[in-house]
Amino acid sequence: MTEINKNVALRTQGRPANHQLWRSWAKVRRNKAALIGSILILIYFITALLAPVLFPGKPSAPNLIRSLERPSLEHPLGTDELGRSILGRIIHGSRISLLIAIGVVSVGLLVGVPLGLVSGYYGGKIDFGIQRVTDTMLAFPGFLLALALVAVLGVGLKNTVISVGISMVPIYIRLVRGCTLSVREQVYVEAARALGTRDVMILMRHILPNVMVPITVQTSLGMGTAILFAAGLGFLGVGVQPPTPEWGAMLGSGRAYLFHAPHVATFPGIAIFLAVLGFNLSGDGLRDALDPRFKL
Amino acid sequence: MRQDSLLSIRDLRTQFHTYEGIVTAVDRVSLDVYRGETLGVVGESGCGKTVTALSILRLLPSPPAEIQGEILFEGTNILDLDPDEMRRIRGNAISMIFQEPMTSLNPVLTIGEQISEAIRIHQGVTRQEAWRRAVEMLQMVQIPSPNARAHEYPHQLSGGMRQRAMIAMALSCHPQLLLADEPTTALDVTIQAQIVDLMQRLKDEFEASIVLITHNLGVIAGMAKRVVVMYTGKVVEQAQVKDLFREPLHPYTQGLLGSIPWMGRKLATGRRLLQEIPGIVPSPLEMPDGCRFHPRCSRAMEICGKEEPPLVQPDDGRKVLCWLWA
Repeated sequence: MTEINKNVALRTQGRPANHQLWRSWAKVRRNKAALIGSILILIYFITALLAPVLFPGKPSAPNLIRSLERPSLEHPLGTDELGRSILGRIIHGSRISLLIAIGVVSVGLLVGVPLGLVSGYYGGKIDFGIQRVTDTMLAFPGFLLALALVAVLGVGLKNTVISVGISMVPIYIRLVRGCTLSVREQVYVEAARALGTRDVMILMRHILPNVMVPITVQTSLGMGTAILFAAGLGFLGVGVQPPTPEWGAMLGSGRAYLFHAPHVATFPGIAIFLAVLGFNLSGDGLRDALDPRFKL
Repeated sequence: MRQDSLLSIRDLRTQFHTYEGIVTAVDRVSLDVYRGETLGVVGESGCGKTVTALSILRLLPSPPAEIQGEILFEGTNILDLDPDEMRRIRGNAISMIFQEPMTSLNPVLTIGEQISEAIRIHQGVTRQEAWRRAVEMLQMVQIPSPNARAHEYPHQLSGGMRQRAMIAMALSCHPQLLLADEPTTALDVTIQAQIVDLMQRLKDEFEASIVLITHNLGVIAGMAKRVVVMYTGKVVEQAQVKDLFREPLHPYTQGLLGSIPWMGRKLATGRRLLQEIPGIVPSPLEMPDGCRFHPRCSRAMEICGKEEPPLVQPDDGRKVLCWLWA
C-alpha cells in the first residue's frame, strides 16, 4: 500500500499546473498562426532586452553628414534625416514600445479588473454607477479617448502610458464584469459564502482566478493595441517626444521624406506592424488554447 | 423524546419581489431541530425546501428576497444579527452541503486549499495547521491517501469523492447544525448509501444535528428520526419517520409514499401499480384558494377549495395541515 501511495504522491505532486500549461502549449504549437505570433513576440522581447548588446552606440546621436542614406552594410536599414541608424533606433525603440505596452495594460488591469469585479459581484447601484461611466467612455473610439486625454495631460512617455491605459480601462471593466456575473452564480461561490468567507476573499480567491483566462487573452491583444495607439500618438507628435527613439515618432518624422527616402518611414512601420501582428496572433491562439470548449 | 431545541423556526416567511409580483417561497413555516437529531425535509421540486435552508443561513440576496419571522439558533434570532456576526455563524456553527458536488467545489483551488480556507476563517490557525486539519478531515470522510488527495483539484476526483470533500469542508469547523441540501441526489445509488452512512457516523461523532433536505424518501427512512413534509412553501405534515411511513395522514404524503416503487410488496392501497399525484405544483404566482393541494387531491371536499386548512395534532408529536383531520 505504501508503495502505491508513494507513487500516487509522486505522480500528482505539482503535476496539475504544469500539465495544464503543457497541454495549452501543445495546442498553441499546433496552431500555425499562434506559433508565428509567439515567435514574433519572442524576437521582440529578446530585441528589447538585448538592445544595448545588439546595437552598442547611442541611437539618438546625430551625424548630419550621413543623413538620409539608403540601406548599406554599415547601416542595414539606412539612416534618417539626422544621420542616425534606423536599425539602431528601431532596436532601441523596441524597449520604449515594450515599456509602453506593459505600462498601458498595467493601468488597464489595475483599474479595470477591480472595478469590473466589484461591479459584477455587487450589482445594484454600484454596478449601475460604474457601468454608466464605462458606457460614456466606450462611446468614444479608444484612440480618440486617448488623444483627448493627452490633450488634457500633455505629451511625454508617462502621459502616453496613462492616457492610452485609461482608454483601455472600460474594455477590462466590461470583460471582467461579464465574466464575474456568470461566475458569481456558481454553486462554489455560494458554498464559499455558506462557509463564512469574506467578500474580499471570495472576489480574490474564488472569482478572480476563474475569470483569468479572458483577462489573459485580453491582455495579450491589449498589448498590441497599446503599441499601435502609442505609435499613433507618436506619429501625430503628441506621444513620446524626440529624440527618444519611439516607432510612431520615427514614422511621423519619416513622412516628410516619403518620396525620396521611403526607407525612413517604411522600416519603423514594419516594426510596428510585426509587433502588433505578433500580439494579435498569439492573443487569438491563446484564446483558442485556453478555451475549454476546444479540448485537445 | 424530550430534548432541548437547537434551532427553532417560527412563522418563517420568505418572499421574493419579482417583476410579475410577490412570490412566497416559504410560507409561515415553523419547525424545531433538536440537538443530535436528523430532521428530514421532503417535498417535490419547488416546494421551498432549499429556500428554507438558504433562509436559515441568510444566503439569499436581499433584495429581492425578504425574510420574516424568527429563526432562533441557541436562543438567538439569526435574523437580527449583523452581517459580521452572521459570517461567524456560517461554516462555524451552521454549515451547508449542496446538491451538486460537481459544481460546489472551486475548479481552480485544490481540495486541501478549500477545506483549510474554512478552518482558517473561523479558527484563526496558521496555514500549516489548517492544512494538517484539512488532511485529517479528508481522512475522517474516508478519502484514501488524503495527503495526496489534498493536493488534487476537484476535476481529478469522482462525484462521490467530491461529495466527501464537501462534507469534510462543511464539518471542518465542527458545526452544531449541518444543512444538507439533497446531498445524495446527484450520486449513484451505491455511493448514496456510502454517503448516508458517512453522514450518519460523523453526525454522531461530532454530536451535530442535521437538517436533511431531499425528495428521496429512501434516504429519509435511512437517516432521519423525524420528518417534515413541505408543499408549496408550507409544512403540511410533521411526524416521526416510522409513523409517517406506517400511516401517512396528509393526502400529499400518501401520494408521495404511493409513488415509490416497493419490491414484492403491495402498497397500502392494495395496488401494485405505482401511483402518481395528478397535476403539477401550482405556479407560486397563482396559488389556489383554500388548501393549496386541493386541485390535486383525491379526497378533496367542498371546504378545501374555500378555506385554508387548520394545523391539527391528531396525536402526540404529529401535526397535519388538512381538513380531513380537523
